[in-house]
Amino acid sequence: MATHAAFMPGVKTEAAPYGVWSWITTVDHKRIGILYGVTAFIFFLMGGIEALIMRTQLARPDNNLVSAQTFNELFTMHGTTMIFLAIMPLSSAFFNFMIPLQIGARDVAFPRLNALSYWIFLCGGLFINSSFLFAAAPDGGWFGYATLTTRQFSPGHSIDFWMLGLQILGIASMLAGFNFIVTIVNMRAPGMTLMRMPVFIWMSLVVQFLIVLAFPAITVALILLMFDRFFGTLFFAPAAGADPLLWQHLFWIFGHPEVYILILPAMGIVSEVLPTFARKPLFGAPVVIYSGIMIGFFGFGVWSHHMFSVGMGPVADAAFSIATMLIAVPTGVKILNWISTLWGGSIRFTSALLFSLGFIAMFTMGGLSGVMHASPPVDLQQTDTYFVVAHFHYVLFGGSIFGLFSGIYYWWPKITGRLLDERLGKLHFWLMLIGFNLTFFPQHYLGLIGMPRRIYTYAGDLGWNFWNMVSTVGAFIIALSILVFMVNVLKTRRSGQVAGPDPWDARTLEWAIPSPPPIYNFAALPTVHGRDELWLQKHGDGHGGAPTPRPATPTAQEIAAIHMPPPSYWPILLALALTFMLSGLLISTYQIIAGGLLVLFCMFKFALEYHRPAPEAH
Amino acid sequence: MTKPPRRLAISLLLLGVIALSAGCGAVGWEWDTKMSTVMPKSDFGRMTHDIFMLISWWTLGIFILVEGGLLYACWRFRDRPGAPIPKQIHGHTVLEVSWTIAFAAILVIFAVPTVRVIFKTQEAPAATDLKVDVVGHQWWWEFRYPGQNVVTANEAHLPVGQTVAFNLHGPDVIHSFWVPQLGGKRDVVPSRVNRITLTPEVPGEYIGQCAEYCGTSHANMRFRVIVHPKGEWEKWVAAQQGPPLEPKDELALKGKELFSQSACMGCHTISGMSAGILGPNLTHFGSRKTFGGASMMSTPENLAKWVENPDHMKPGVLMPNLGMRDDQSKALAAYLLSLK
Repeated sequence: MATHAAFMPGVKTEAAPYGVWSWITTVDHKRIGILYGVTAFIFFLMGGIEALIMRTQLARPDNNLVSAQTFNELFTMHGTTMIFLAIMPLSSAFFNFMIPLQIGARDVAFPRLNALSYWIFLCGGLFINSSFLFAAAPDGGWFGYATLTTRQFSPGHSIDFWMLGLQILGIASMLAGFNFIVTIVNMRAPGMTLMRMPVFIWMSLVVQFLIVLAFPAITVALILLMFDRFFGTLFFAPAAGADPLLWQHLFWIFGHPEVYILILPAMGIVSEVLPTFARKPLFGAPVVIYSGIMIGFFGFGVWSHHMFSVGMGPVADAAFSIATMLIAVPTGVKILNWISTLWGGSIRFTSALLFSLGFIAMFTMGGLSGVMHASPPVDLQQTDTYFVVAHFHYVLFGGSIFGLFSGIYYWWPKITGRLLDERLGKLHFWLMLIGFNLTFFPQHYLGLIGMPRRIYTYAGDLGWNFWNMVSTVGAFIIALSILVFMVNVLKTRRSGQVAGPDPWDARTLEWAIPSPPPIYNFAALPTVHGRDELWLQKHGDGHGGAPTPRPATPTAQEIAAIHMPPPSYWPILLALALTFMLSGLLISTYQIIAGGLLVLFCMFKFALEYHRPAPEAH
Repeated sequence: MTKPPRRLAISLLLLGVIALSAGCGAVGWEWDTKMSTVMPKSDFGRMTHDIFMLISWWTLGIFILVEGGLLYACWRFRDRPGAPIPKQIHGHTVLEVSWTIAFAAILVIFAVPTVRVIFKTQEAPAATDLKVDVVGHQWWWEFRYPGQNVVTANEAHLPVGQTVAFNLHGPDVIHSFWVPQLGGKRDVVPSRVNRITLTPEVPGEYIGQCAEYCGTSHANMRFRVIVHPKGEWEKWVAAQQGPPLEPKDELALKGKELFSQSACMGCHTISGMSAGILGPNLTHFGSRKTFGGASMMSTPENLAKWVENPDHMKPGVLMPNLGMRDDQSKALAAYLLSLK
């Protein structure tokens, strides 16, 4: 709080409320962002440990560290965890923390709904993972293809845990999606036209639309599956005339936009980090924005490229192939725009920038291998092999995870008030880059010489042995790099260099306020004159224009009059009631009924909660 | 950090990368392996491979340009002490439009042969094609030769140079039929009959594997395709059409008796002996090199172990443990291996 006081001399700041209860009932977007981030990181570690066990199993041929059943559970949970419980919520952490700050708002549009999203997400994540305690971990793959997931071929509760868990998580994502759309559309500071929004905000907005349009498709698919499994319907029963490809179409109409849900936030982060550290505006920002929108739009028209091998016929194969190649155009354009942003700049190689550079370098490779299997004949050889495993890890690890770490190093001082250690940060980066490439580059080769995905063991005479071992070694180097990051966090938690409001000489509004920001973010709402508002305030437009005016410092009375929403415990209660109701499907009908009544009760209390102006929240 | 250590660090790093690349190069990247997709042995495989190589060369070029440009920009425009604020450039319309068009043009180069091969490889099969019905079971493959009264498991036999149309049937979950050296895969989907057509061009023994996750023993759902030289395949068909040879030695005869008295009969067909259809047809079991989804070699030891506890060798297998004693399983193994 020292920086805060220094920022507004003479204003006595109120201490933030402390304690577990204050976190449980918080509706502050910054705290919810931190909750998302910490939770997602813990799930990220769990998904990582699952990956390490798999890599150890595959280090040698005919290995028997884990059983076939355990291995199948591991890859199902690794995929599900990394997608729904690590990358998506890590992005959510940044949406939560940064959207209001970057658009010059005091909170999101619906703060209690925001808390509800988080608690439902947490319940969903815990629900899926609780399956390990009942020895019923999901084992149908993260894609859960029918007919394997129907009751006939997957008796027991493992698929039920997966199916219900995804439904719970879907509710959280939908609520957050609507919340952020309303926030971005309605709550921008005066003068922030759509084209003046930071590119991270633009990419976030596209992602929210993808979420609210894509999740209904998987919700429908999961409901059909639930009816098949619990009530004996025959949506996926071929004997009754069903076509199991119905599942695949519904799943991938969700599943492909989901890929962009995972990558676009990272693209947004990179589009913030590069201009800051090259000290130049984003090159061709409108084109980067339009490309993001195009990617989101085309993302709904390419789902069947996940299904080239199912026998859709030549016309569908050709159509989806061409659509998929089209999507490479805006993606390639973005990469060249990022490199052009660096061109002519004055580049400071901070950890945040290194991770963004890593993103560009690695994502380019993932994009190029993606063009290969956009061609169905080539895809028929590559799909379901390690070539594809390599491809999407270059996109989702080399892309999303590098981008998200770039965001972590970039915004850490804003969130915590202290800088991360740069030397450890660079060590983290180089270890991760080397480990990542050792792990995944050889997998291209393994795929090309025929190693299929999702196999728990392989014969020793196929030429796969050496590079599988290399890949395993690489995975442990990645783990080491994550350890370095954790050491960095612990080391700088108390003793890190104090950041001040603007440690990077950055360009956007979040750097105009103290680090960490006060509960109300902006003492006076800023007026915006351009995309890089803070840069314009500090340096002018670089073409002779005078710096734009800074907002006037508000008086103590004005600050005292800022109204912030009071805390509420109904979000967590509603989330718990919802989880209680859905888990009744595994236990008893009475629990579903009781849970349903509880949900109704909590919803009414939530909706009609009496708003007293809580004094500590002002 | 002062300058010299940084320069040292960068040099060390570069050296490391070079050493690593050299090391990897020295280890060698063997391409002509048993399940390689890049040494095609059929027309279908070749057509695919040609497109793959076309795209590979282009993407390699783009890769070098982009990554080279990125590294060059990082080096050339690195921050120097006391440097002024760089010129605030917001974009360059002509440049941006040009590279958008360039990307689109390159993709047309990929799209044209792609569409041509899509249609060429999915033509309706000709009347002269050899038809093979493939049934993907959890977790083994059944091959039926319609009109020829041949049924086998985990081993398909084909004549070289003859176009073959595999019709893929799925009685349980989705599988995927894949022989990497002979070309791409095609899913086995319950409720529909998929097809893959190809002409093997080189005799040899090729490894196939289920490529769609299909449950516990997905990894053990392998098979073999034996492409016979001219004239040999007909001999194989003739041998498969007849009943199996009568066992001669005492152990095998004992095994035969055991088979006829046990639950084996319910699931397995042996011509002239039993008519079960749930498990693989064993009529000419002794002529196959492998069993259990082609994941084990057909040796007396492996077979005896299998009969005693199938789940131990192929996790999740639907064949029950029949509680065979050691001597019984050895007798059964001898009988099965005699079925030439």
